[in-house]
Amino acid sequence: MSTDRLLEFDDVVARYEPVFGLETHVELGTASKMFCGCATTFGAEPNSHTCPVCLALPGALPVANAAAIEATIRIGLALGCRIATWCRFARKNYFYPDIPKGFQTSQYDEPLCTAGHLDVEVDGETYRVEIERVHLEEDTGKNLHVGGATGRIHGADHSLVDFNRAGIPLVEIVTRPVPGVGAKAPEVARAYVAELREILLALGVSEVRMEQGNLRCDVNTSLAPTGSLEWGTRTETKNVNSLRSVERSVRYEMRRQAALLDDGVRILQETRHFHEDTGSTSAGRSKEEATDYRYFPEPDLVPMAPDADWVAQLQADLPELPAARRARLREEWGISDTEMAWLVNAGALGLVTDTVAAGADPADARKWWLGELSRRAKDDGVELADLAVTPAQVAELTALVAAGTVNDQLARQVLDGVLAGEGSPQQVVDSRGLAVMGESDELGAAVDAAIAGAPDVVEKVRGGKTAALGALVGAVMKETRGKADAATVRRMLEERVLGG
Amino acid sequence: MSTDLTRLDVTALRAALADGSASAVEITQAHLDAIAATDGTLNSYLHVDGETALATAGEVDRRRAAGDELGPLAGIPVALKDVVVTEGVPTTSGSKILEGWTPPYDATVAARLKAAGTVLLGKTNMDEFAMGSSTENSAYGPTRNPWDHDRIPGGSSGGSSAAVAGHLAPWAIGTDTGGSIRQPAAVTGLVGHKPTYGSVSRYGLIAFSSSLDQAGPMARTVADAALMHEVIGGHDPRDSTSIDAPAAPFVEAARQGATGDLSGVTVGVVRELGGEGHTDGYEAGVLAAFQAGVDQLRALGAEVREISCPSFDLALAAYYLIAPSEASSNLSRFDGVRYGLRVGDDGSRDLDEVMALTRAKGFGPEVKRRIILGTYALSSGYYEAYYGQAQKVRTLIGRDFVSAFAADGGAVDVLVSPTSPIVAFPIGQRVDDPLSMYAADLCTLPASLAGTPAISVPCGLSEGLPVGLQVMAPALADDRCYRVAAALEAAQDAARGGTFLSQLGASA
Repeated sequence: MSTDRLLEFDDVVARYEPVFGLETHVELGTASKMFCGCATTFGAEPNSHTCPVCLALPGALPVANAAAIEATIRIGLALGCRIATWCRFARKNYFYPDIPKGFQTSQYDEPLCTAGHLDVEVDGETYRVEIERVHLEEDTGKNLHVGGATGRIHGADHSLVDFNRAGIPLVEIVTRPVPGVGAKAPEVARAYVAELREILLALGVSEVRMEQGNLRCDVNTSLAPTGSLEWGTRTETKNVNSLRSVERSVRYEMRRQAALLDDGVRILQETRHFHEDTGSTSAGRSKEEATDYRYFPEPDLVPMAPDADWVAQLQADLPELPAARRARLREEWGISDTEMAWLVNAGALGLVTDTVAAGADPADARKWWLGELSRRAKDDGVELADLAVTPAQVAELTALVAAGTVNDQLARQVLDGVLAGEGSPQQVVDSRGLAVMGESDELGAAVDAAIAGAPDVVEKVRGGKTAALGALVGAVMKETRGKADAATVRRMLEERVLGG
Repeated sequence: MSTDLTRLDVTALRAALADGSASAVEITQAHLDAIAATDGTLNSYLHVDGETALATAGEVDRRRAAGDELGPLAGIPVALKDVVVTEGVPTTSGSKILEGWTPPYDATVAARLKAAGTVLLGKTNMDEFAMGSSTENSAYGPTRNPWDHDRIPGGSSGGSSAAVAGHLAPWAIGTDTGGSIRQPAAVTGLVGHKPTYGSVSRYGLIAFSSSLDQAGPMARTVADAALMHEVIGGHDPRDSTSIDAPAAPFVEAARQGATGDLSGVTVGVVRELGGEGHTDGYEAGVLAAFQAGVDQLRALGAEVREISCPSFDLALAAYYLIAPSEASSNLSRFDGVRYGLRVGDDGSRDLDEVMALTRAKGFGPEVKRRIILGTYALSSGYYEAYYGQAQKVRTLIGRDFVSAFAADGGAVDVLVSPTSPIVAFPIGQRVDDPLSMYAADLCTLPASLAGTPAISVPCGLSEGLPVGLQVMAPALADDRCYRVAAALEAAQDAARGGTFLSQLGASA
């Protein structure tokens, strides 16, 4: 769909220096909306979570959600921000059907949190992303354009508005421009959002489900010739809603802008749409004539003045943050940076931690989640966390293996049962009869049968070719459908073929 | 029935209901009859629902007969300015853009009056979105002053003032942004009180200027106004700017004032509001009636001295930047998307056009004037020079009040001024001259900008038309307004041998 000319990425970074910045919107997971008591649950019947306040009926007034203010301050503290001692909401005035009051209640020149930073790692290298501000505002409603081919307003027959989302607390986290990362820009941008997401999860302030729009990014990218004293004109790619897309959008804009600059074409300051299918961007609204939002302090709300003792308490009560936790676990588990990166990238860190907490050996836990379970998630096309097995069940499985109740092969069959909803690993072992066979009459009979069924092999072994015993072991294992312990079988075979 | 029930004030109506000499239905019917007879001329009501009013009154009578517990105002009729949102009752704020809209909820003020047992007679006319001082800016035609049908009843709560002065309601709710309770009360011979900002909930008042709007009582006596204020006031968790502090008892303050003793009370006469060197725009008759009122306060034992509040001269300019700025934003919700008027949605026009047409058709000229003014004042590059500067003036005005009331600044208990520099003017006289219209608010604006309480109480006539005296007090000291106003009212009634409105009865 895109006809943009693109420069090869290596070519771009050889001659141009990128600067990127991110504005990230996070829907908070509060039970009620920002300024009224309506529920915030996702996926409800359109306009069922509305009231006079969030529909902006005449006369209705907002009351700020204290839980949302607290969550915003905690985010600010986790990002090392300064917390305002006094600040206000402001009205951002513009007309659009999804914004019922004709203004969005936001913050302007007095944000709750300022001047923080977030360190992110890419390929073992640490990059510091400065945080300009963290402020609190409200989400808009959602427009549905009906009757067109694209779902966009152009060509639509009519439009509907769902105000369920209108007024959901939204935290905006704005970075300062990040220069000087060169070819790493796309990955640093992605790593920043990934790390931010981990922090939000650790704080428990949002579910951060990107596919539900809990976290949405606007990505600013500009390019200037290497060595230039000034930065280039930036574009703002709106609604970039996955980690992969963040990386792709920066990469795409770098390649697109470089081609234009090569041709001597001026970059337009504009917003751009991101297309998930092609990974490309296309021109949106021009920002050359900046919209005047006529911000002014919201007179319907009282100023926020967080008490210093309360903020100190929130700081003290912050959970262990992801970077610190990773450092501690690396130490405890004795693993390398790279191994830790694998865990993080696979989305397995929390699962492994929980599995260890449930009693598993860290190495076993990592082996299961990164190995067998990752494979199954990939096969089913689901996230690791969405597999129908809990960390406690995985821990139980490793315990069964350690106790010799099952071997690795049986353990995989146990997992089948657990994933199929047949109960706990022990229950599956019992119901499917998957326990390793001891030195029983049944196993003795299988061993005898194998000896009787292969006299030629027995001869070879007795003739000194002990390696041939493997074929007999295999036969017994096959007969017992893997339930026997190979070492036990070998010992019994040795006794009966060579011994006595 | 020998007594005309519409002539009784609320205190008398309560007595009549209590001793059984009148039923709620009789009282309601008397007012509905008066409305039917007179309101074709006055145009004080935009909406009257007699059937519901009589049903509510009938229910009160039944419950009273059954010996049920009743609200303190059970069976007392009331009128609400049409800016107050009422569940199931059409509410327009005097604008075409809300024609036909029926709210699904009650304003806190309406809910509290309902809970007290009042009977809603109807919704009163007003300047569109409360922008005006004459009620000529209503989209539904001007209201006439009962004292002279060719004159305005003040505004923006002119429907409420005309209804109460014209005996079509015993009392009414008004709202005051820059004087919209006090000025109409003054020019129709009523008592009107603008409470301390934050002491009466704004939840469900269609916003004009959020940092200034307050609802308050308009009544025929100070005692009635105080009673209504006690019923509608108090903290409301739905309004973030609502003050959570116990209020002084207003009815008690009015009762105390009515004893006629103001010894120990120091009254400051504001020089900048009609005093020496500041009489431009003030009618001589108004100043004379005001002076007579001040003399009466002194005669009641008050110590009177002149006080200078230099920043008050800047109030008009500051107000006409702050109020339109907030209004330009508050009125953005009227976009034709969710309720009210929608114009041009015929499939041929895009969204922006439909919104623009709706607003062009739905808003009247004064509302548009203020939206444009406010939009301009908030614009990037102008904000500091206009809105920012006006906020600084607002701070200075607040300081003038504080220093006037401060113990070390000469310590007055209340400040007084004329409520309006002029009496009710002829309908049509100033519609084409907005600035002369705005000047009608000269005296009421300082207390609005400071968020402090102020009451208007009748103090005499000028050329046969009512003149009001304004009593201003520190924030949360509304009781002082009621005490001083009640003292003046009692002294005047005694001297006259009748209520202020009895003069209307005699002449009408």
